[in-house]
Amino acid sequence: MWSYPYLRHALIAGSIVAIVASVLGWVMVLRRESFLGHTLAIVSFPGAGVALALGLPPQLGYYGATLLAALVAGRRPSKGKSFDPFRDATTGTVQAVALAAGLIAISASQSFIDSTTSLLFGSFLGITTTDVIVIGLVGALALSITALMARPLILATFDATTAEAAGLPVTLLSAAYVFVLALVVASTAQITGALLVFALLVMPATIAERLVTRLWVSAVVAIGVALAIVWIGIACSFFAPVLPLGFSITSVGMVLFLTASVFAMRPAAKASVVTS
Amino acid sequence: MINELGKRSALAWHDAAVELSGRTIFSHVSLDIEVGSFVAVLGPNGVGKSTLVKTALGLLPLAHGSVSVFGDRPEVARPSVGYLPQRHHFDAGVRISGRDLVRLGLDGDRWGMPLPFATKFSSRARAAEAQVDAVLEQVSALSYANRSIGECSGGEQQRLLIAQALVRRPRLLVLDEPLDSLDLPNQAAVAELIATICKEREVTVLLVAHDVNPILSHLDQVIYLAHGGALAGTPAKVITSENLSRLYDTPVDVLSTSTGRLVVVGQPDAHGGHGGHHH
Repeated sequence: MWSYPYLRHALIAGSIVAIVASVLGWVMVLRRESFLGHTLAIVSFPGAGVALALGLPPQLGYYGATLLAALVAGRRPSKGKSFDPFRDATTGTVQAVALAAGLIAISASQSFIDSTTSLLFGSFLGITTTDVIVIGLVGALALSITALMARPLILATFDATTAEAAGLPVTLLSAAYVFVLALVVASTAQITGALLVFALLVMPATIAERLVTRLWVSAVVAIGVALAIVWIGIACSFFAPVLPLGFSITSVGMVLFLTASVFAMRPAAKASVVTS
Repeated sequence: MINELGKRSALAWHDAAVELSGRTIFSHVSLDIEVGSFVAVLGPNGVGKSTLVKTALGLLPLAHGSVSVFGDRPEVARPSVGYLPQRHHFDAGVRISGRDLVRLGLDGDRWGMPLPFATKFSSRARAAEAQVDAVLEQVSALSYANRSIGECSGGEQQRLLIAQALVRRPRLLVLDEPLDSLDLPNQAAVAELIATICKEREVTVLLVAHDVNPILSHLDQVIYLAHGGALAGTPAKVITSENLSRLYDTPVDVLSTSTGRLVVVGQPDAHGGHGGHHH
């Protein structure tokens, strides 16, 4: 297996993406912003499509589109308003417009019809050495920034008022986090395809949640789960090339999710009721 | 800081005023809270109780006047203050244990991330764990501290939140309507806990409430807030028909029920209407 360069690239890029996406996804699930994450993933489709149609490297499209979408859809409600009723509507609109734009870009250049499947559902064959290096660098940047602001970000997630009272820059933390999320989503979309990014963003975190209750430990478990999903998924698509990579990864994730859910339903797992 | 009565001042406002969106919330407020006392901030909804305490935390600026916490500006005194903001119940989906929440209260503002197995090779990490355990024991929450906080009852959640506010051993504890969503037995139990912490640990407590009854027996002082200013003193002195009528410039009756509860009738709400209000 190892002698195929495209497979090596897929395994290396896939592993990096698994680690980075599961960590950012773990934060995203805690912040209950999965809808935002999914939107950022969707916009990478027209991004890559337009870049390809213009003869530009698709990287530009992936990262450019997600960062632009992050600016629009990632806006937090301003201080004083605790709930923005238009947030979900804005995010949903961006998703719809993105899918339509992607379709137009793709159909405008006939030769890229085939790339629709790989852009949406992932593929082995597109991953060059440059891709791996870029994904590696983006991943390193994303993890460094996240590690640096981990504690304050989590505190601000659960308790923005206490975080503010402690003097933390809550708005800046949110902005930094959305910026990093956009980068990570763009990287992940290159492996799983734009539609199935949640397989590495959301699933490892939700699986980990069902296995452990301690906060930071669940992040480590999410990383382990994501790596398992990617490796098994790549193996599946390698041995059954008819399955797009994103599909294999998602299916493996689904199986693990169901297993973890059953595990969490054991009678011993239910905490005993304690009266206050 | 010693005030003019020679007592140590924990928290003092001097001719303070706050403006939000062009509206004056309150003005000409001068108050002094002694170290170690248990003080309640009362008044109708919307009068600015939360606003007042937020100025002591440095969360809101004063339009006029000054506020000092242990003699310093609120920003400087931050490490000595524990804050429990007004908040909603954690819903069942919230995936963090009480212990983790308390730990975040201890070092959540430190940049960086916790390292795995830190307790094995860092005495500082062990000390932090011990501090979290100690405060959880203080509020009697050890038995459910490892459970997901969304699964805890209202009373349990409040205890965990109090633990979070206490974990840094603050000298001033500011609580904004902590008894709001609790049933009567829990209100009494949590009020008792707060009073114990106040007396045994010499922590000054400033508690915003809309019903004084659960804490009445524990209070040293009440601050009754109105649009034009504030009235401060012992409950017996302040919560009288005469004083409240004068404060609100309108007839207000304070009635005492057979069980010792106080009911305030005729107190205007912040928007100029009149209403009955249980006190």
